[in-house]
Amino acid sequence: MKKVWVALPLAAFALSACVTINIYFPAAAAEKAADKIIEEVWQTQQDKPAANQPDVKETK
Amino acid sequence: MNAVLKFLVALVALTAALNVFAAADLEVNTPGVNAIKQSMQARHAQLAGHYTSGAVGLTADGLIALRDAGAVPLAQRQAVNALVAAENNDRNALYAEIANVNGHPEWQAEIRSTFAQRWIQRAQPGWWVQSGGAWRQK
Repeated sequence: MKKVWVALPLAAFALSACVTINIYFPAAAAEKAADKIIEEVWQTQQDKPAANQPDVKETK
Repeated sequence: MNAVLKFLVALVALTAALNVFAAADLEVNTPGVNAIKQSMQARHAQLAGHYTSGAVGLTADGLIALRDAGAVPLAQRQAVNALVAAENNDRNALYAEIANVNGHPEWQAEIRSTFAQRWIQRAQPGWWVQSGGAWRQK
C-alpha cells in the first residue's frame, strides 16, 4: 500500500506532462492552413489560373 | 502493484489519446477568418503591382512594408501607405483570429512566424522579401 504514495505523485506528474504535449503548437497543421489562406489571398495574380484548389479542401 | 500497473496502462492510453488531439488540424474556416481573407484578397489586386515594382516588400514578421518609396510617384505615396497599413491591420487580425478560434490565443506569435515563412516562400520571383534583417529580391 505504501507504494501507492510513490506512484500517485509520479502519475500526476506524468499526466501533467501529457497535458503539456497537448498545448504544443501544431506546426505542420499551421503550415497547411497558412498555405491554404495564402493561395486564396493571392489567387488573383495573373500567372495562377485557379487550377490548384480542388485537392486542398479534402485533406483532413 | 497490480493496481499501479493498471494505472500506468490507462496513463499510456490517455497519452495516446491526447497526442491524437494535438495532431488535429487548425480551424481556419470560420466567418471571422473568411471575412479577413476576402478583404485581403480584394486588396491584393492593388498591392500586386507594388510588390512587382519593389515599392512594397514582405517582412520577416509576416507583414508588408514600404521598402522603396522612390518606386512610387509622390502623388500615390499616401495611397500606398494606406494600403500597407490596411493590409497589416488585416494580417495582424488574421493571426489573432486563427489563434483565438482554435482556443489558443498564445499561439499567435507562432502562427505569425509560420505565415511569415510561407508568404516569403510563395512570393513571386522579382518580389522583395526580408531575410535576416536585409531585403533580398526573389
